[in-house]
Amino acid sequence: MPELKYLLFMGCVVPYRISSYEISTRKVFDKLGVELVEMPEYNCCGLPLDPVNHDVMLTLAARNLCLAEQQNLNIMALCNGCFGTLNHVNKELKEDRKLKEKVNGYLKEIGMEFKGTITVKHLIHVLAEDIGFEKIKDNVQKPLTQLRVAQHTGCHVVRPGKIVGFNDPENPTTLKNLIKVTGAKCLDYMDETECCGAPIIGVNAEIPLQLAREKLDHVRAVGAQVLITVCPFCHMMYDLNQPRIERTFNEQFGIPILHYPQLLGLAMGFSPAELALEQLRVDASKILKPD
Amino acid sequence: MADIEKGEAKETGQRAVLKITDMDPKFKYEISKIHGAEKVMLCFQCGTCTADCPIARFSDFYRPRKLVRMTQLGLKNRLLSNDVIWLCSTCFTCIDHCPQDVGVANIVRALRNLSVKEGDMPVVFKELASNILKTGYAYMIPELRLKKREEQGLPTLPKANLESVEKLFNITGFSKTLEKGRT
Repeated sequence: MPELKYLLFMGCVVPYRISSYEISTRKVFDKLGVELVEMPEYNCCGLPLDPVNHDVMLTLAARNLCLAEQQNLNIMALCNGCFGTLNHVNKELKEDRKLKEKVNGYLKEIGMEFKGTITVKHLIHVLAEDIGFEKIKDNVQKPLTQLRVAQHTGCHVVRPGKIVGFNDPENPTTLKNLIKVTGAKCLDYMDETECCGAPIIGVNAEIPLQLAREKLDHVRAVGAQVLITVCPFCHMMYDLNQPRIERTFNEQFGIPILHYPQLLGLAMGFSPAELALEQLRVDASKILKPD
Repeated sequence: MADIEKGEAKETGQRAVLKITDMDPKFKYEISKIHGAEKVMLCFQCGTCTADCPIARFSDFYRPRKLVRMTQLGLKNRLLSNDVIWLCSTCFTCIDHCPQDVGVANIVRALRNLSVKEGDMPVVFKELASNILKTGYAYMIPELRLKKREEQGLPTLPKANLESVEKLFNITGFSKTLEKGRT
């Protein structure tokens, strides 16, 4: 019987085109003895519609929270955006009675009521706080000591700092520590906390591409062989869009972008195929060479 | 909004001359009633938000400080019809750095919400909304991908409760907004 059990909130981007994140997460968590329960009937977290209608975002998020309350399980999100939205709405509804009444008024229409009995976590919170570094370390069989790695934590998993209350948003260290547990060397680089820009790519592509180009440039400048992300949106920006960035700015990067569970999985002894490394747009085989 | 309809928000400059008849002195109160934007009047224009904004670094027009000032001045029409409000990437750096705790990104969200209510929305949001109504997911996940999940040993993707989603769209008034955009 596993001690740790979560409702897996996959969101939309992961099943849409970033299956490698899901596959590697399931492999790694299974080995670590964590049970991930499928979330029945979930819908989009609501974030994509916040810009056009705040109330529709609140109710879509609250509906997901109610589903988790019915299962009496805490949520683990894979996406920074889903985590940020569900966590923010959960905390606000728990603290703001008036807002809760308003949202429950909407939810009555679908026979639901927000009670405030669960918590929302992101994959890196579960790894660092619930599973713990000790246990992860015990499961590392092939330390990646030859690998030089940079990390991109992303925004919504740490910001707004007052609401998330996890890590210093100006210097988030959890992902760095999680990388160090794998034996890899985690390098600092310029503007680590800068946003990937993905949320506006549907409105204006130029700016996000420039942001992503700059990120890759800074990562390359310190000699990192790979960039680690924990959000499918950030990943899409740096991996799927990397060839486009290279074409647009006439540059060559060739920097593989791995989901953190893929990196951890390699250190735990899983094969690249088991972690779906071949699904990445930027070829990661060059970092897999034996020591 | 013509450019937005094509899915590309172009950055446009502002007229330099400001007429007092362009100002709506009640606008700031309207905004300050919106959840998260209550502190719009507290902004003292230090410019930290613009200095630290990743979008402002690469845009000649997107200036969060300016958007807040325009809100305080009541330049409602100019704000709500300007494509520039759609450039915020919601990284929340401005929220974390603001010495007055103004919640700049929330004000931009409030401006967007109002702009949608009174006008139209960029086409990408219509697509996202329509996908959520049809599938519960923000993207249309191709049949092929759903089949591939099986091959990869992944569990079947849960089906969303579309009836509930539609009811939530209706009761929040969002269905009407979408309807209006179609006519």
